[in-house]
Amino acid sequence: MSQNIPIVENILNANDRLAQENRTRIDSAGVFSINIMASPGAGKTSLIEKTLPLLKGKLRVATIDGDIATSIDADRAAAAGANAAIQINTGGDCHLDAVMLRGALEQLDLTQFDLLIVENVGNLVCPANFKLGTHKTVLVASIPEGDDKPYKYPGTYRGVDALVINKVDLLPYVEFRMDYFERGVQVLNPGVTTFPLSCRTGEGLDIWVNWLIENSKK
Amino acid sequence: MHELPITQSLLKIALDHAEKADAKRITDLHIVMGELASMVDDSIQFYWEIIAKDTIAEKATLHFRRIPAELQCMTCFHKYHPTDRELVCPQCHGVGAKVIAGEEFALESIDVE
Repeated sequence: MSQNIPIVENILNANDRLAQENRTRIDSAGVFSINIMASPGAGKTSLIEKTLPLLKGKLRVATIDGDIATSIDADRAAAAGANAAIQINTGGDCHLDAVMLRGALEQLDLTQFDLLIVENVGNLVCPANFKLGTHKTVLVASIPEGDDKPYKYPGTYRGVDALVINKVDLLPYVEFRMDYFERGVQVLNPGVTTFPLSCRTGEGLDIWVNWLIENSKK
Repeated sequence: MHELPITQSLLKIALDHAEKADAKRITDLHIVMGELASMVDDSIQFYWEIIAKDTIAEKATLHFRRIPAELQCMTCFHKYHPTDRELVCPQCHGVGAKVIAGEEFALESIDVE
């Protein structure tokens, strides 16, 4: 005999529950944590690389870098002054999930840090679906990607707490309608904190760094 | 690509509930999927056939109920469906909208025998 069983369970519940456990763990150590997402080449690693020296002596920073393969990003973070740099190789997965972050957190004595920076796998779609348990999600957009990205990837633009717009030094050379871009962002995510900056010239980095410091000292 | 872990999660939820109901076989899964959920049902179907093999859900049919995106303008409160190229309110061109529908992604129910 056939029977219908009502369920109504969010399919990502298992991940969400683990993300909550990660958050509890991070909170109990008193660390401020961010999850940086972006498409490949937007400048996630460059941003971390330029940010770390500016935090030297102010915050103790741990980084966790997710990539499909290689430890290039963790090596770059360590060279730039991270107090600890852990690499997660997802072995093909296009995003980090809460289980992977838990594994990386187990390798850190979180009480030794003020700020935890998690660098997600370069991808504008998948990471948005998988909460990790960090306090804030940060999206790095960049000028050469084009001004239509909020329209094409609404799920990612909608869910983030802060938006870095990298490579603003290229604005004179690239067709990029800032008003069109910002309009898309504002519809999806009204009032989102935005940091226009350039990792290459250093323009705007101070405001971003101050935001990290303020949040880490709360 | 994220459809693989998602399909695994879907299978686990279905199997857990079927087990609780002492079911011998899962025949149908009813999935609700919003337009903004960034999920591809063909991919879920593809992975499903691989991972559900040798479980009581092996022959189950996946049904997807799609929910179109709906935004509500926070300036004039007009409700609208966003287009590919424009997200602002078509009535007052206001920015700042609330997503009313389209982000759903859940297993609503299963049919078992």
